[in-house]
Amino acid sequence: MIQVRNIHKSFGDLKVLKGIDCHVASREVVCIIGPSGSGKSTLLRCINQLERVDSGQIFIDGEELTDTKTDINKIRQKVGMVFQLFNLFPHKTTLENVTMGPIKIKGMNKDDAADMGKELLKKVGLVDKTHVLPGKLSGGQKQRVAIARALGMQPKVMLFDEPTSALDPEMVGEVLAVMKDLALEGMTMAVVTHEMNFAKEVGDRVIFMDEGLIVEEGLPSHIFDNPSNQRTQSFLSKVL
Amino acid sequence: MSFHSLQLIFGTSLLEIRGLNILIDYLPYFMGGALITLGITALSVSFGMIIGLFFGLFKLSNNKILYYFSSLYIDLFRGTPLFVQALLFYFGILPAIMGDVSAFHAAIIVCSLNSGAYIAEIVRAGIQAVDKGQMEAASSLGMNYTQAMLYVILPQAYKVVIPPLINEFIMLLKDTSIMSIIGAAELVQRGRIAYSVTYEATWIWGGIALIYFVMTKVLSILGAYTERRLDS
Repeated sequence: MIQVRNIHKSFGDLKVLKGIDCHVASREVVCIIGPSGSGKSTLLRCINQLERVDSGQIFIDGEELTDTKTDINKIRQKVGMVFQLFNLFPHKTTLENVTMGPIKIKGMNKDDAADMGKELLKKVGLVDKTHVLPGKLSGGQKQRVAIARALGMQPKVMLFDEPTSALDPEMVGEVLAVMKDLALEGMTMAVVTHEMNFAKEVGDRVIFMDEGLIVEEGLPSHIFDNPSNQRTQSFLSKVL
Repeated sequence: MSFHSLQLIFGTSLLEIRGLNILIDYLPYFMGGALITLGITALSVSFGMIIGLFFGLFKLSNNKILYYFSSLYIDLFRGTPLFVQALLFYFGILPAIMGDVSAFHAAIIVCSLNSGAYIAEIVRAGIQAVDKGQMEAASSLGMNYTQAMLYVILPQAYKVVIPPLINEFIMLLKDTSIMSIIGAAELVQRGRIAYSVTYEATWIWGGIALIYFVMTKVLSILGAYTERRLDS
């Protein structure tokens, strides 16, 4: 579903990605872990072109994103993104947050969009909050609306950029539960996270990044129980 | 209020004040001027908002040509006096490109261009005040630049933009007085005519000042009301 080939990315003099190759297969859940500044968020943001790569290729569903002739907005409709800081539209109700994309971009009829939106909000456990503005929601609720908003476009892949890092500890669970349900339904997911238990339990594969490179990748049991690289070992000993 | 009723309230002594008599005589004439002032201001702010919206967006554009073009326009109009702009356009540029142009039309063109430059900066600041994540969220859904601006960014920017925009309206209302230099028949121009006939400087200009004050006060009350409504 996602193919990343030898991508490089710098911000000024700082080399953030130094040649990344990876892939996410259909229906697979890949968790990307690593210390702050390792480039994992940048990698995720490159995958839907919120950051442009300096070199290398990215394919989504067989289409090359890095080809200048590709209509990026068309491909982005297939890729849902969930941000650390939610980025909900504060001037719209939760339901409108979910339905705006389908109505404005796909031209879906308003009633159909509202039905679908309510269905999605029900799925994330917020059907009673349809006409509330995001400002009135807790962090965990906001993030669940953000997931519903991304699902509204019926994406083939979901990208999660540290979805629980800005949440109070007691709200992390409710967001992870929604993500876990999504994974069980067979959604293809790439998750940048510091939640090692989630990676262990839900991830099909774990990628460990450090200093702009993929240091090690493999099954969660391999990465967490028998890491072969010394940097992985030292990182895990600090966070587990 | 008629002069007769004023006389009843204040007594006959008011009749002896020549300036007040003259001011009251000229009041309908001044009111006509005030309407023209309001008209020039309202039209100029409207056109200025359209100009300002586009040039504000240009100023944020990645396209270098649009960026420099808009920077040049904004700098030129904010960096030269409106007085000089009025003279340059009415006597120089406009006759050269449009032939005969009335003072009223010239006043609207100059004021629109001038306020457009100020409003462009207001729009730019308003858009930049919207969190960067909003554009990213809109893009990640698959919106193009125009859709993201229209549905996500501008609806949030306008709340930030309204208060300085009302301020710009008030500033421009006062600045239209400069248009008397090219003979636009607005309030100050009518004051000059009245003064040249009567020589009652204090009463005439005091009356004109009062009319301006009432107009700007009403605008600022409306502005405060709008701001309160936006906050809630």
